Amino acid sequence: MKLDSKIPSGPIESKWSNHKFDLKLVNPANKRKYTVIVVGTGLAGAAAAASLAELGYKVLCFTYHDSPRRAHSIAAQGGINAAKNYQNDGDSVHRLFYDTIKGGDFRAREANVHRLAEVSLNIIDQCVAQGVPFAREYSGYLSNRSFGGAQVSRTFYARGQTGQQLLIGAYSALSKMVGSGAVKLFTRKEMMDLVLVNGHARGIVTRDLATGKIESFAADAVCLATGGYSNVFYLSTNAMACNVTAAFRAYKKGAGFANPCYTQIHPTCIPVSGDHQSKLTLMSESLRNDGRIWVPKKQGDNRPPSQIPEDERDYYLERKYPSFGNLSPRDIASRSAKEACDDGRGVGPGGRGVYLDFADAISRLGEKAISARYGNLFDMYQQITGENPYKVPMRIYPAPHYTMGGLWVDYNLMSTIPGLHVLGEANFSDHGANRLGASALMQGLADGYFVIPYTIGGYLAEAKQSAVNTDMTEFKLAVKQTEEQIAKLISIKGKRSPTSFHRELGLLMWDKCGMARNEQGLKQAIDKIPAIREEFWQNVNVLGDAANVNQSLELAGRVADFLEFGEMMCHDALHRNESCGGHFREEYQTEDGEAKRNDDEFAYAGVWEYTGLGKKPNLHKESLAFENVKLATRSYK
Amino acid sequence: MNLTLHIWRQENTTAEGRFSTYRVEEISPDMSFLEMLDVLNERLINKGEVPVEFEHDCREGICGTCSLMVNGVPHGPEKGTTTCQLHMRKFKDGDEITIEPWRAKAFPVLKDLVVDRSAFDRIIQKGGYISANTGNAPDGNAIPIPKPDADWAFEAAACIGCGACVAACKNASASLFVAAKVTHLGLLPQGQPERYLRVTAMVEQMDQEGFGSCTNTYDCEGACPKQISVRNIARMNRDYLKAKIMGN
Repeated sequence: MKLDSKIPSGPIESKWSNHKFDLKLVNPANKRKYTVIVVGTGLAGAAAAASLAELGYKVLCFTYHDSPRRAHSIAAQGGINAAKNYQNDGDSVHRLFYDTIKGGDFRAREANVHRLAEVSLNIIDQCVAQGVPFAREYSGYLSNRSFGGAQVSRTFYARGQTGQQLLIGAYSALSKMVGSGAVKLFTRKEMMDLVLVNGHARGIVTRDLATGKIESFAADAVCLATGGYSNVFYLSTNAMACNVTAAFRAYKKGAGFANPCYTQIHPTCIPVSGDHQSKLTLMSESLRNDGRIWVPKKQGDNRPPSQIPEDERDYYLERKYPSFGNLSPRDIASRSAKEACDDGRGVGPGGRGVYLDFADAISRLGEKAISARYGNLFDMYQQITGENPYKVPMRIYPAPHYTMGGLWVDYNLMSTIPGLHVLGEANFSDHGANRLGASALMQGLADGYFVIPYTIGGYLAEAKQSAVNTDMTEFKLAVKQTEEQIAKLISIKGKRSPTSFHRELGLLMWDKCGMARNEQGLKQAIDKIPAIREEFWQNVNVLGDAANVNQSLELAGRVADFLEFGEMMCHDALHRNESCGGHFREEYQTEDGEAKRNDDEFAYAGVWEYTGLGKKPNLHKESLAFENVKLATRSYK
Repeated sequence: MNLTLHIWRQENTTAEGRFSTYRVEEISPDMSFLEMLDVLNERLINKGEVPVEFEHDCREGICGTCSLMVNGVPHGPEKGTTTCQLHMRKFKDGDEITIEPWRAKAFPVLKDLVVDRSAFDRIIQKGGYISANTGNAPDGNAIPIPKPDADWAFEAAACIGCGACVAACKNASASLFVAAKVTHLGLLPQGQPERYLRVTAMVEQMDQEGFGSCTNTYDCEGACPKQISVRNIARMNRDYLKAKIMGN
């Protein structure tokens, strides 16, 4: 496996514009001769499918949902960053670039991040033009708020539903191109495999989730925008169907998988309430603008929060990180919550929770102002917990939320398989070891609207592929393998539900490869996962048939991939003998418990190559050079 | 708590459906309604019975995937809430609960409680957008938008496309869904060039899909988990009438 990042030469500010000029173009009349497959219709996928179709390419777009509008981008609450500097508070492209590199704990690729900061400006313009109803001031101009890890107000938002509004924008752009016939949309079709011809990505195999039909589709290039893998932990803030299958199947076909151990644990989620819990619910990070996080100073203090006097409370983020306070980055805020709870000072059932308290903000600004800012979030909290957050502090605890790792891509967003492009959360490139709040929406839309439309032309113009069709052996073989796997899952008829295996794996991953990891625990997980996997293939019980809607069958296929993927993730976490961002190895911390990076040995992206089931994958390294931001210990004190 | 569930089971679109009755025991009041169904399904699988199919995804009330008529009410008894955000503390020990799919000609049942809502997508594809190809946009602050307009547009844009409005309506009308999009885009300056073409195309597609007409019973607003107002329907009708008079 060769890792050529294809970073353009020249100063960082002009790399992207020079590169756009250097990329070969496809003549407008020739674009309609090329077919591009886009898998996934979240922000990255919908934006890419719409933009590529507008350029004139034939686009085949796939989603496993009943409608493209259901993708999990829709659940993003807080906002989207852009270096517009509308607030006149000193923001700039360079500052957004700097904050993102630093926030990522110096484990992202500088050139990609700078491009992201540059195109952030266009994203806001594009979304406004589509009719995205961003929050506005009475002047009629766009409003901004602050987010963790930044000291400027650069976050654009639409109440607590920013992801929804941006996705509806991208979905409407996509719908227009579907209506005009330029995009062929396939709903309820899940990608089951990637098809290679002569080493190039030339198609996919899908399963229709309503009829069970297995089909294949051919194209000149394939774009995966299939999201992240937080559901490897079983309980996460991801939607129930989010999975790693598409990315993992590409990995098994030869695409390198980078930094799988970089997972983000979001600090503000509603704590687990019992064994029945099916997923965790995020409370937007924007709440930390006005909410203050605290725990009692005394261990085991069971008094209700209103009876704990001010001087017996520990506002630990404000105490430890005075300059960023409650707006410290996510990895730091999460770990601090864990520390407080490990110390016996957690609150609520089981002691796994901390308070997020709005009393000060409500007395300062009034209940009405707080309701205008966060009303829907407060309502949601009350529905789930039965407690009124205007009266008693919210209880929150960290939960798996986002995955910075993903398929390795070069500067053109192409994986190690020629023709296979990877967009949005599914790739690894922009967030290093920790993503800043309001940057996921930015990256998904940047990749879809403003990067892939240029870079895919460069690939198609240069690759000059011969035509392929689905009657070729490569396609037929991939279809057959998928059919065999489905038949196998249905035929086992064991004693345990797919969910029970998912839960078992998730608990193990959370325990050994979650917010904090150590060598011994990771080795235990690597020993244990193959055993769970073996039992799964002998004892899973998938009822019903394969020719109708069958969600147990869908889940079983996804869990089967998580059972292989989790092992790779642990290998990655075990080999990275340092702490950085979301990857916290207990052996590598400073005296006051902060993450301790090891730049001499680990300033690289770890890229794994598949070597066979149950075998340790091969590690490749893309070294990361920091020429524009000085490598430094990340400090938010 | 212990509950008795009467659930609609239907093999596929063409098969005949029927109600089946299940007992679920030891349900925690902290469970969501869908987690209660998860518990039922786990128990069915362990007994070797085919689980009940129902659609769901984000379980945060925003993706619009979940549905369910709960005791004849779309998304159940709690106002302004999707089924995934409905919690069992709203029910009492010993309750009987009837669970059905959305009922509408334009939403055929695929299996059990799962229906096909792709008619909504086809309506959007006819005009539920502003044609702004990537790359054309002027600066985001180039056109100030009065806050009241922006706020109303936002309230209309909050639609999650779940279909509760259709399920609640005795005519199975999609007027609230279509009107919400017509209002969202029609209130904004960017949406003006296509305003009348949009309303015409969307209303015509709605009729073609087999949705019924609006007779102003307001059940749609009552069932809408995002509490989108019926005044949007009046606004749509006004725009549609204008479009017809102007010959769009």
